[in-house]
Amino acid sequence: MELVEAIILAVLAASTPLLIAATGELVAERSGVLNLGVEGMMIVGAACGFAGAWLTGSIFIGALFGIVAGTMMSLIFALMALGLAVNQVATGLALTIFGVGLSGLIGARFVGERITPAVHLSIPGLTDIPLAGRVLFGEDAFVYVSVALVVGVWWFLYRTRAGLILRACGDNHVSAHALGYPVLRIRTFAVMFGGACAGLAGAYLPLAYTPFFIPGMTAGRGWIALALVVFSSWRPGRLVVGAYLFGTVTILQLHAQGWGVGIPSQFMSALPYLATIIVLVLLSRARSGGSTAPAALGTVFVPDR
Amino acid sequence: MRKSFLALATGLLLAGSVSATSAADKLKVGFIYLGPIGDLGWTYQHDLARQALVKELGDKIETTYLENVPEGPDAERSIEQLVRAGNKLIFTTSFGYMDPTLKVAKKYPNVHFEHATGYKRNPNMSTYSAKWWQGRYIQGLIAAKMSKSGVLGYIGSFPIPEVVSGINATMLAAQTINPNIKAKIIWANTWFDPGKEADAAKALIDQGADVIMQHTDSPAAMQIASERGKLAFGQDSEMIKFGPKTQLTSILDTWGPYYIERVKAELAGTWKSEDSWGGLDSHMFAMAPYTNMPDEVKKMAEDAQAAITAGKLHPFKCPIIGQDGKPVECKGGDHLDDGQILGMNFYVKGIDDKLPGK
Repeated sequence: MELVEAIILAVLAASTPLLIAATGELVAERSGVLNLGVEGMMIVGAACGFAGAWLTGSIFIGALFGIVAGTMMSLIFALMALGLAVNQVATGLALTIFGVGLSGLIGARFVGERITPAVHLSIPGLTDIPLAGRVLFGEDAFVYVSVALVVGVWWFLYRTRAGLILRACGDNHVSAHALGYPVLRIRTFAVMFGGACAGLAGAYLPLAYTPFFIPGMTAGRGWIALALVVFSSWRPGRLVVGAYLFGTVTILQLHAQGWGVGIPSQFMSALPYLATIIVLVLLSRARSGGSTAPAALGTVFVPDR
Repeated sequence: MRKSFLALATGLLLAGSVSATSAADKLKVGFIYLGPIGDLGWTYQHDLARQALVKELGDKIETTYLENVPEGPDAERSIEQLVRAGNKLIFTTSFGYMDPTLKVAKKYPNVHFEHATGYKRNPNMSTYSAKWWQGRYIQGLIAAKMSKSGVLGYIGSFPIPEVVSGINATMLAAQTINPNIKAKIIWANTWFDPGKEADAAKALIDQGADVIMQHTDSPAAMQIASERGKLAFGQDSEMIKFGPKTQLTSILDTWGPYYIERVKAELAGTWKSEDSWGGLDSHMFAMAPYTNMPDEVKKMAEDAQAAITAGKLHPFKCPIIGQDGKPVECKGGDHLDDGQILGMNFYVKGIDDKLPGK
């Protein structure tokens, strides 16, 4: 029983950064912008988040630093890809390369430093419930925020007028523009939200997951988040499934190796990717028909004035 | 550009004047790194050695490094880039650069290459590595003494001989203390991913391991062990900062002396293709102070270290029994020979796990 609980806790910790970053990117892509710079925004968020926490001693301020850093990075993207209508794919890739370098520069000063990681919630009585107690009532704030975030995004996209307008921009920017909506402004806000989430997801790594900063510590999680958005057919519900499934298989394959199941470890390491892709593809085949990608995704929009 | 044109022109016209031209130039030495220089592990130690080199010979040489170079065919471009930039001695510091280095070496016979931890050589390509398994043996002794559960947790990177020989050395040592010792082995299939390394450490501890050993590069596992109140060994560099009450010792890569020696040889024109495989005796690596253990365990570790350094104790002393229960052929007299260790692709008896790919 304790082992099951330990596994669930590890799964939540491993899935949370993916879920946060992917939720942000989902909103950006729903508005029609493909920002491939998630990895770069994440790693800058990690460096700045750690810097903030180390300088002030507060995890909360560290997380704010991460959010602000991610947002600033996304503004560079918005300036190029939306303001100057540069190709989004190229801009996003450049943003990642830039972010990896910049984070090394910012973080160089902090390599080898330690901080006290984010505290875990502790409610006497509730947190001690076997199996479910620590999972539900003993997480750090990031985990709760990630759940609130994805629920909030779902509600925003499908239950508010603003969300409908944002999706309209992503599906047909010309019509949205013709109806009088400020497409570029809406997209800029969506990109900024994506950057803020990526920054927060990045900050989660040195603030809660492994409480130190090392260059390159995101290790490709931004790319996984990007892939999750695509495979979840741009739907928040499936995104949750995908992120937690990926985390679950990642942790389970480590445990399976420890138990000595005897399946080659190379295959085990590939398993999270395989399982997530297969399940999400099956989900999208079983449920909705037709293309699910925002129709205007990745296309440049220059309003005619 | 101007310099190389000059060198080329003088070379064509008057062979004798080439040395005069290049004598005025500093020797360019290049490095290819696997991780970022701030990884606090493998690449960090290589860069410390590069800094030591600059400190020692800075007036005669100029160093360049490329970090975060992925292993595999992609590395070729990076190595070639260093060649084109005029580097005459290039250190490629990871196993996966072996074939790319060889390929570039064959293309540029006038440039010298030094490849870490590989086994392919060329008249202009040396290899160098350290006998870390000597250190792993000492760690195995300590681990068996310090483990209460009798279960060691081992995080591997990739199932290559360097890592496998480390696991075997650890187990052979641990079995001399506790014949029933168990090892749980998790392959991360990466050298560097702090999150995944932390997850692996959590999984091992959750499955009952109380001493964590790693053959991956970040201090994440040490940090998790520290958080959970377990014990652990560092890797490549000093990691005690991440587990002041956790780190037992750490194998420290100390490449500095070797780099200085090879660059001096290059400067003197005596560089030759060689295979250097140094152990504790030749200071290719060192052991971090033995901490967080009782005095008698510390004494045992120090004695073992002294015996290995003096050549009195060989971790792979025969007979060595493989997993199939049969003794392994003993090619080195009373111990396995270097070739057997360099190509080690089997587990010793007592490891109840399957080697991936076997």
